Amino acid sequence: MKRTLVLSTALGLLALPALADVNLLSWGGAYGNSHLEAYAKPFEAETGIKVVISDADNPATPIKAMVEAGNVTTDVASVEYADAVRLCDEGLLETIDASILAPVDDGTAAADDFIEGAVTECFVGTDVYSMVLAYDDSKFPDAKPASPADFFDTAKFPGKRTMRKGAKFNLELALMADGVPAAEVYDVLGTPEGVDRAFAKLDSIKNDVIWWEAGAQPPQLLADGEVTMAFAFNGRIFNAAQGDGKPFKIVWDGQIYEMEGWVVPKGAPNLEEALKFITFSTSPAPQARAAEFISYGPPRKSAAALVGNIEGTEVPMGPNLPTTEANMTNALGSNLDFWVDHDAELNERFNSWLAG
Amino acid sequence: MANALDPHAAIATTASGAPDRGSLTAADGKPLARALARSQQRARRRAFLLVLPLLAFILITFVIPIGQMLQRSFYNDGFSANMPQISAWFAENPRGTEPDEAAWAALAADLSASAEERSIGVVGTRINYDVPGTRSLFTSTGRQVRRGIEPPYREALVEIDEDWASPRLWSAMRNAATPLTGNFYLAAVDRTRADDGSIRQVEERQQVYVMLFMRTFWLSLLITALTFVLGFPIAHLLATLPMRKSNLLMILVLLPFWTSLLVRTTSWMVLLQQQGVINDILVWMGAIGSDGRLQMIYNQTGTIIAMTHILLPFMILPLYSVMRTINPSYVRAARSLGATSWTAFRRIYFPQTLPGLGAGALLVFILAVGYYITPALVGGSSGQLISNMIAMHMTDTLNWSMAAALAALLLGSVLILYWLYDRLVGIDNLKLG
Repeated sequence: MKRTLVLSTALGLLALPALADVNLLSWGGAYGNSHLEAYAKPFEAETGIKVVISDADNPATPIKAMVEAGNVTTDVASVEYADAVRLCDEGLLETIDASILAPVDDGTAAADDFIEGAVTECFVGTDVYSMVLAYDDSKFPDAKPASPADFFDTAKFPGKRTMRKGAKFNLELALMADGVPAAEVYDVLGTPEGVDRAFAKLDSIKNDVIWWEAGAQPPQLLADGEVTMAFAFNGRIFNAAQGDGKPFKIVWDGQIYEMEGWVVPKGAPNLEEALKFITFSTSPAPQARAAEFISYGPPRKSAAALVGNIEGTEVPMGPNLPTTEANMTNALGSNLDFWVDHDAELNERFNSWLAG
Repeated sequence: MANALDPHAAIATTASGAPDRGSLTAADGKPLARALARSQQRARRRAFLLVLPLLAFILITFVIPIGQMLQRSFYNDGFSANMPQISAWFAENPRGTEPDEAAWAALAADLSASAEERSIGVVGTRINYDVPGTRSLFTSTGRQVRRGIEPPYREALVEIDEDWASPRLWSAMRNAATPLTGNFYLAAVDRTRADDGSIRQVEERQQVYVMLFMRTFWLSLLITALTFVLGFPIAHLLATLPMRKSNLLMILVLLPFWTSLLVRTTSWMVLLQQQGVINDILVWMGAIGSDGRLQMIYNQTGTIIAMTHILLPFMILPLYSVMRTINPSYVRAARSLGATSWTAFRRIYFPQTLPGLGAGALLVFILAVGYYITPALVGGSSGQLISNMIAMHMTDTLNWSMAAALAALLLGSVLILYWLYDRLVGIDNLKLG
C-alpha cells in the first residue's frame, strides 16, 4: 500500500503536465457525471488539459469563502443563475468576455445562438432545468391535464396536488393558470393587485395542496398515490418515469425554467485554461452530449438538433428537455431580478398566508 | 481561633514549636493558610490545564461562532461600510432634513465607487431588507453611474429611476447608515420603522413571526406534556420489572432512539399518509369510507405525532433512572399506615420522581423549541415552527441578520423559561441519570 503510494507519487511527479489542470467545482451525482462525460473527458482528449473535478453541495458557497480568504483553488464552477448574479454583483467573479464563445459551424455568432439571458457579464449558461406540472397517468384515464389552469381545477381533475413550500414558482404558476400570458407574468406580479390575484388563485386549491420541501418528495408523493398532480423539478419527474418506470407524465405548458452555468472565481489560478474549457464545453456538440446524460436542456438553439438518445437506451432524449421547441410554447423564464428584490417580502406574505 | 480542643491546632502548634496562639503555621514555619492556599492553587492550575483543551474547543467551535452569528442581528455594515460619504451626511444632518444637493452628490459618488468595487450588490441587499424591491434599483443604477454621471445629481439620479426621490428609500438609507441597528429585531416581532422613525406594526398579511413564536412554544409545551403522559407509565414499568425483562423492554425504547431521525420521520409518513398503512387498515375494517380517509400528516397533527414519538426517549430515560433509585419501602410504609394506593402514589411516589420529570421535561421542551427537520417534512402548512423560518433566512433569502435576530429571540426566551424553571422548581432538583 505504502509502496504503491510512493510509486504513484513519483510517477505523478514525472508525468507533470506541461499545461496546468483546470479545477472544476461541480455538484456530483448524475449532474456531475454529465460534466465529466460530456465536457471533461472530450476536452482532455482534444487539448491535453486535464480537468480535475471536485464536488460541493452548492459550489456557489465555497466561492465566497475562497475569494474572501484569497486562496482560490477553483478555476471553473457550476452555479445556479441566481447565485452567479449575486456573486458577480459582489465582485467575487472574473468577467467572461462573450467573444470567446464558439460560433456555430454554419457561422452563426454565439450571441445569436444562446437563448436570451444565457450569457451575462460573469456567467455562461450550460443547461436549463425547469419547474413543470406532472401527473400520474393512471389516475386520469380519460381527459389528461394539459395546462396550469387544469392544475387548479380540482373538479375536473380530482386529487391532491403537491407544490414547493415557498412563494417562488407558485405565484407565477397561479397567474398563468388565471390566464396571464407567460410574457406578462412578471409585469403583473410587480403590482400589488397582481400579487393579490396570484394569492387569490392559490387560495382556490389551498386545502388540496401538500407542500414539499425537498426535491425528492414530489415523485415519492406521486408514487404513493398521496397526490395526483405535482409541480416539481423536471429532472426528478424524468428520473422517476424513465429510471423507475413510473406512469408519470409532464405537462410542459406553463413550465418555469432557470439556468445553471459556468463562472470563474476572481483570482482563479489557471484562468487561461479555464476560459479554454468554457469555450469548449459551451460549444454545441458537448452541450448536446451533456443533455443525453441528464434531462436538462442545452441553452444553445443549435445544440437541440444534435441531442441523441438517452444514454444507454434507444429512447430519444429530445422530448424530455425543457428547451425542446415543442416544450417551449408558453414557457416562462424565471426572472431573477424580480426574486432577488421581492424574495423576503413575498415569502413572508406566503408564510403568513399558509398559516392563516 | 485555635483552642485546646481543636486537634489541627494542636498539631500545628507542636510542629512549629512556637506558642503563637494567633496564627497557625506549617512545618516550614510559614503561615498555614498561605501554604494551604498555595497548594490548592497548584491543584487548581493543574485542573484548569486538564480542562483547557475542552475549554478551547468549546470557545472556538461554539462560543465564538455563535457570538459572531448573533452579532449580525444588531450589526450590519453592508451599507455604511460601502457608502461612506452619504453615511457621513446622514450623521451630520438630523432626521427630517430634506436631502440637499450635497447629499445627492455624496450618494452619486458612493454609488459609482461602490459599483466600481462591485460592492453595490451588498449595499442593495441591505436596503432591500427594509424596502423590498430596491436591490435591483441599486445594481442597475450602479451600472449606469459607472459609465459616468454629471451634476446636478438629483436630476440625474431621478432620471435614471424616479424611486430615488422616494422618502421611504431615504429613510431606509438613514437607518442603515449606522452599522448598529435594531431593525432586525423589530422585523422579528412583526414591527417596522415608519418613514418618520416611529415604530409600527407591519401589515396584517405580512405578520408571521409572532404567530410562529407562539405556535412553537405552544406546540413544544403540548409535546412535552404528551411525552410525560406516555412516558411516565413506561418508565415506571421499566423501573419496577425484574432486570431481565426490563432490559428487554429497554431495548425497545432505545432502538428508535438510535435510529436516524430521518428514517423515523419518513416511517411516520408511510404510516400516517392518506394512502398509508393506518388509513388502509381503517378502510379495510370499514371504520371509514375510502373517500373519507383521514388527513393525519402534512399538518399540525403530523408534527405533534412525529415529534412526540421522536422525543419520547428523552423523557423516559431520565424518569427511569430516577425511578430505579426510589426505595419501594416508602410506598409500602405509606400503604401500611393506611394511605390508599392513589394517596401513596400522589404524596410519596410521584414527588420522588420530580427530579427526573424536571430533567425530562426540560430536555424535551428545549429540543422541541428548536426542532427543524421533522416539522419541515411532515408539518405541511400549519405545522411549521419558527426554526423553519430561521432556516429559510439562512439558506434561501440569505438574510443572515434576520436569521440571527430570530435565533437570538428564541435563545432569549428559552433562557427566560429556564430561569423561571429554576425559580419555580430549582435547577438543583434535576437529575439526568
